[in-house]
Amino acid sequence: MRVRLYWVAFSTIVTKEVRRFTRIWVQTLLPPAITMALYFVIFGNLIGSRIGEMDGYNYMQFIMPGLIMMSVITNSYTNVVSSFFSSKFQRSIEEILVSPVPSWVILSGYVLGGVTRGLMVGFMVTLLALFFTEVTVHNIFVTMTVVVLTAILFAIGGFINALFARKFDDIAIVPTFVLTPLTYLGGVFYSIHLLPEFWQGLSLLNPILYMVNTFRYGILGISDINHWAALGAICLFIAVFFSLALWLLERGRGIRQ
Amino acid sequence: MKALSLQNLEKTYANGHQALKGISLDVEEGDFFALLGPNGAGKSTTLGIVCSLVRKTAGKAHIFGIDIDKDFARAKQMMGVVPQEFNFSVFEKVEDIVLTSAGYQGMTEKEARPRTERLLRDLGLWDKRDQQARMLSGGMKRRLMIARALVHNPKLLILDEPTAGVDIELRRSMWTFMQEINRQGTTIILTTHYLEEAESLCRNIAIIDQGEIIKNTSMKGLLSELNSETFLLDLQGELQEAPELPGFNCRLLDATTLEVEVRKGQNISQVFSALKGQNQEVISLRNKANRLEELFVSLVEKTAASEFKADANPAAKVDRV
Repeated sequence: MRVRLYWVAFSTIVTKEVRRFTRIWVQTLLPPAITMALYFVIFGNLIGSRIGEMDGYNYMQFIMPGLIMMSVITNSYTNVVSSFFSSKFQRSIEEILVSPVPSWVILSGYVLGGVTRGLMVGFMVTLLALFFTEVTVHNIFVTMTVVVLTAILFAIGGFINALFARKFDDIAIVPTFVLTPLTYLGGVFYSIHLLPEFWQGLSLLNPILYMVNTFRYGILGISDINHWAALGAICLFIAVFFSLALWLLERGRGIRQ
Repeated sequence: MKALSLQNLEKTYANGHQALKGISLDVEEGDFFALLGPNGAGKSTTLGIVCSLVRKTAGKAHIFGIDIDKDFARAKQMMGVVPQEFNFSVFEKVEDIVLTSAGYQGMTEKEARPRTERLLRDLGLWDKRDQQARMLSGGMKRRLMIARALVHNPKLLILDEPTAGVDIELRRSMWTFMQEINRQGTTIILTTHYLEEAESLCRNIAIIDQGEIIKNTSMKGLLSELNSETFLLDLQGELQEAPELPGFNCRLLDATTLEVEVRKGQNISQVFSALKGQNQEVISLRNKANRLEELFVSLVEKTAASEFKADANPAAKVDRV
């Protein structure tokens, strides 16, 4: 009986989330597609043709996995942080809180909503990439695993951000001042082997570097890091972040008095 | 069976404010119960604890015998909540809001659709089902929250000021609707600032003030405590000054309106006779204030006065500490 309740509640949350971001597709799905198309045109095509090869691939092929991953990270995170914070702001979160839905179902529902948007945008960007370069997959298992795990991790991150946020400014701080710099410095546009030794070492502290490189390994078969260790680390981070988000939700951080 | 039972419920907020000072309260199954109190008295905190939006500091709460500390999920399945503030996504469609709420209660869309339709029809919202909630008027938004709270057919309905800001005609139609669902067996707990609403709908009542229950009795019993009632009489002829009415306190408000206080044991027909003797006809008669309102004000004022006295008396202050 409980299992049925949890399943129906979970699918209700996911359906509501998907309905939300598809209803406002002009704000949620179109902008990343346009931005990534511009990246492909400007960095891949115009500037990339002068850069030449990187790790044996032309520049367009080299940046394509990183751009897909960047869209997945940004959209998974943004979907959850804005949706959950809006629910808090409009107090519609109370609808769920007064219902018999347990915290882990609420968290899982929002996370899957974010993952769905992240993967949808990632798929759209992949389709866009086909207009500019040939897309091959070196290892389908690694490719799919890392993209899904990364989307899950950042969706949970968005949830934690939303729990702490008190005003709309608070949901923009992390994407602007943390996610964007880490993504740009996470090997999307270059191989860290191009950097001086000190900066290479420093780059290894950037978690996004591992995700981008593991995904690049899945697509092209090249990577700056060990992709199996990276997959393990992502799983560990998911476990830690999920537990933290659940604990905060159970304690009612930012949602219960 | 008790629909709701609270024992020594306490709530102290993070800023140190003690909103509830150990209240105990029972609401019987099938009752239409009023929980009244001035602003900041602790009504919303009490209801917040019952529906899990507020975490209690101490005490126990049972909903239909289920301890909320042991199985809150099952207790919540028996409850529908209509909060004071609008708390739905205004960009969602009316029907989707109700169906989503049903989903949170474990009802699939297929199961919830017929009941959603019936509720939206009963509450006059069926024609608006495809509109975004932001397009609804204030009264419609209130009715939408009632439909949402009832979609899973709860045994206990909590209404936190459900008719605030609703015009009188709509308010009365909502009263009829609430009475009907209460007749069908749903226990209702109502908080309201419209005391006329509580008086005409509720059978039992608790008055909470400064975090304590200061009265918990039947509505009939409470009203019988009223020692006097003040009536306004509209007279046919004009008067220059208040007439002599032996045994009654009266005051002339204007040339044709007389205010008369009728104490317990007195009969208003004596006023009519006395006025007739002075060649005055009474055209109409009305209560100056709602009866419950008079009692409510006197009870709350009494508590405030005793608090004031205690604050002024150092010995009493030590005693309270």
